[in-house]
Amino acid sequence: MADPSHTIHEHDVIVIGAGGAGLRAAIEASASGVSVGLVCKSLLGKAHTVMAEGGVAAAIGNVDDRDGWQVHFADTMRGGQYLNNWVMAEIHAKEAPARVLELEAWGAVFDRTKDGRVLQRNFGGHKYPRLAHVGDSTGLEMIRTLQDHGIHQGIEVYMEHTVTTLLKDGDRVVGAFGYDRERGRFRIYKAAAVVLATGGIGRAYKITSNSWEYTGDGHALAYNAGADLVDMEFIQFHPTGMVWPPSVRGILVTEGVRGEGGRLLNNKGERFMFDDIPDLYKNQVAKDDEEGWRYVLGDKEAHRPPELLTRDHVARCIVREVKEGRGSPHGGVFLDIAWIKEKMKNAPEHIKKKLPSMYEQFKELANVDITTEPMEVGPTTHYVMGGVRVDGLTQMSTVPGLFAAGEVAAGLHGANRLGGNSLSDLLVFGKLAGEHAARWAKEHGQGHIDAEQARDAEREALAPYERDGAENPYGVQSDLQEMMQEKVGIVRNENDMAAALDAIAALKRRADGVGVEGHREYNPGWHTALDLANLLTVSEAVARSALDRRESRGGHFREDCPDKSDEFAKHNTVVRKGPDGSMQLRREAIPPLRDDLKKVIEEQK
Amino acid sequence: MANVTFRIWKGRGEEAGYKDYDTDITEGMVVLDAVHQIQAESDPTLACRWNCKAGKCGSCSAEVNGQPKLMCMTRMDTLDTSEPVTIEPMRAFPHLRDLVTDVSWNYEVKKRIAPFKPRKPDAPDGTWRMSQDDVDRVQEFRRCIECFLCQDVCHVLREHHKHPEFAGPRHFVHTAALEMHPLDTDSRIGHMKNEGGIGYCNITKCCTKVCPAHIKITDNSIIPLKERVVDEFYDPLTKLFRIFRPKSRS
Ligand SMILES: Cc1cc2nc3c(=O)[nH]c(=O)nc-3n(C[C@H](O)[C@H](O)[C@H](O)COP(=O)(O)OP(=O)(O)OC[C@H]3O[C@@H](n4cnc5c(N)ncnc54)[C@H](O)[C@@H]3O)c2cc1C
Ligand code: SF4
Ligand code: SF4
Ligand code: FES
Repeated sequence: MADPSHTIHEHDVIVIGAGGAGLRAAIEASASGVSVGLVCKSLLGKAHTVMAEGGVAAAIGNVDDRDGWQVHFADTMRGGQYLNNWVMAEIHAKEAPARVLELEAWGAVFDRTKDGRVLQRNFGGHKYPRLAHVGDSTGLEMIRTLQDHGIHQGIEVYMEHTVTTLLKDGDRVVGAFGYDRERGRFRIYKAAAVVLATGGIGRAYKITSNSWEYTGDGHALAYNAGADLVDMEFIQFHPTGMVWPPSVRGILVTEGVRGEGGRLLNNKGERFMFDDIPDLYKNQVAKDDEEGWRYVLGDKEAHRPPELLTRDHVARCIVREVKEGRGSPHGGVFLDIAWIKEKMKNAPEHIKKKLPSMYEQFKELANVDITTEPMEVGPTTHYVMGGVRVDGLTQMSTVPGLFAAGEVAAGLHGANRLGGNSLSDLLVFGKLAGEHAARWAKEHGQGHIDAEQARDAEREALAPYERDGAENPYGVQSDLQEMMQEKVGIVRNENDMAAALDAIAALKRRADGVGVEGHREYNPGWHTALDLANLLTVSEAVARSALDRRESRGGHFREDCPDKSDEFAKHNTVVRKGPDGSMQLRREAIPPLRDDLKKVIEEQK
Repeated sequence: MANVTFRIWKGRGEEAGYKDYDTDITEGMVVLDAVHQIQAESDPTLACRWNCKAGKCGSCSAEVNGQPKLMCMTRMDTLDTSEPVTIEPMRAFPHLRDLVTDVSWNYEVKKRIAPFKPRKPDAPDGTWRMSQDDVDRVQEFRRCIECFLCQDVCHVLREHHKHPEFAGPRHFVHTAALEMHPLDTDSRIGHMKNEGGIGYCNITKCCTKVCPAHIKITDNSIIPLKERVVDEFYDPLTKLFRIFRPKSRS
């Protein structure tokens, strides 16, 4: 018997997370006729997806008809430095166009080409203009479209509810345990299948573009339920975050600025991105300013400007400039879009039209008019490539009944994600997860909820109240963020990471002792205390995986092993919770690429 | 650096009231930064909503010195800090705790508005053609971040509490976005007249003034909708026409 103080919500499928991935999964599951519950920490429509700016990648070929799934596939694999789950990369490249166009049938209004079709823009690492967009607020368009469609599909939404534990029946997941924020009452979400769509882990770092929600909850929920996490060493530091004033440090400046022609300059006025072009991209980069600008204008003969190389590389070049004394006054570099007035008559209007929220953001928050002056920018923690290891065809994790999609899942992006490939990831794999979760639910039916597990989860959730007067959780959180920023950040080495693991162990002890005071109703101190355990779990996964990978690749750069190694090209890093509760790491060989896909990659070189 | 006093609405129900907090303000800080600093330094129970910290999600709506604002986009250097800065929850919605209100009513209202219903695709591949000029207006409406500040400031809701009978400016914007969508084939004009209560709006434009997405709510969405209501229900010719083609759109 379940504890009568726990309200039970029963559905065939529970989706945890209402960003793009969760909404798409819920819509799909519901369409296949099962009952669906959708749980999210914030209000509906406020998930991270709302913040996405630049666009959603899909080889529709509206702007350049040479584009096609093969090119998108090859770009994604090259960007991910071939650690990607290629089954996912293939499905993604093939299905993204249909998933994006389907949004139009649900009311989305993308920017248009001259002949009235969906317009696409250039982005780093994408060979052709590929990102469908709405100015610089594509995520808003996407989440609102899914939300407005979703609310009419009979999905039950649990807004401002937080899941703290997954419930199991033997091997399989049979539900989740959590609380509502408003009253702090405990809930059981009973379900035949559970889809995780909880997003990322950016709050483990001090400088981040991510919100309070990104505490790695889904990663930790899956890990604690026995699932594998893969590729956790790969974190994307976006090259352009705001750096000044201090309170906005980390807020994202979309890559769309560079897609529209923005140049990166050091304090000598040099366009330093021309100085270092990686081998994989030698044949794909403009030779000078002029060719770069022609590319921006859509000249099919021109190659991309070096600012549109992959994010990992651009971020490291910025770090180099700053380190060598060529940075901007507040420790970044300059990003200049105003210069395009040399090239077009109505440049200020054009900039405001294509980048309205960037214009607003700099004007309101930094007193900078981006149509006349350069911005100061520097790297910010943005995205985690690593996450729950899933089967590429079904999105099921290594735990039966537990599915994952979106940023919380791993595989598609390998060692580095291309901009725009996340929004398309959410749509393609959100749909797939919803479909297969529904099918699983129909085939397996409900499992048994063990009241003891729920009572344990409750005890754990309430423990901080027993320690009234102990340390406040905010202090531990900010010490962790600083430590991860410094020791497991953009540039890593063995000593720092070993020290990070010691620091994490010490922080865990402190986290076990934090206390909260007062009531359970909408108490942010309590929520922060509960999130801490998740942040620590993912931080450990990142540090352990990064320590094991003795090479530099994609989002993982080690100054003590600065080169790529053939040896490490052969496997992904997997962590799992061992029987004794400690984190266990193993190297998992990457299955050999199918011959036809190998050929596709060769052809696109 | 300056030490500033914040007078923040704190508590729940009958016990709620202002509480003063002091904290140091540094260059570039916004009101939301100050609230976070207070949470970390002196009151971890202080409740507020936020997500993006960049004016994109519409979570952090509150009344700062009596003005409906996004806390994350209100810079401290735009406020007079010689006096205490007051921060209150949106007053047009039921209060939950501290700065958090119950905005669920807005979600209910939206659910009752008929969803998007496109015409048949224009091209054999299932896609449509729309020119940029045709979608500019709709894109303006779709910039809405659902902060509900317009709902908060509208006197029909705030003072006259017409919540059940009046959808409010946010939902007029939503309806206008659907009605003016070049592909949509449904009509929500009757709904706006009756359940939506658009007639209660007397075009004070207070909603437009507070909209952080700079949507011209009154001029571009409410007035055209009101005109459509008139055309559809009060113009005798259209009325006659409706008998034969009930779903015609002007
Ligand atoms: C500023 C910014 C700009 C970006 N721009 C782009 C872009 O232009 N193109 C692109 O492709 N990508 C972009 N990205 C990345 C992309 O937006 C995200 O990776 C993506 O939106 C993640 O979507 P998701 O559905 O996986 O998760 P989210 O949208 O983050 O949703 C997560 C959901 O899970 C819920 N949740 C989390 N934990 C719990 C819990 N314990 N219990 C219950 N619910 C929980 C949250 O409340 C939320 O509803 C950008 C990211 C940022 C931060
Ligand atoms: S214009 Fe109408 S909707 Fe807007 S605030 Fe005034 S009365 Fe309310
Ligand atoms: S219309 Fe403007 S003020 Fe109203 S909810 Fe939308 S963004 Fe906020
Ligand atoms: S926190 Fe998103 S609008 Fe203020």
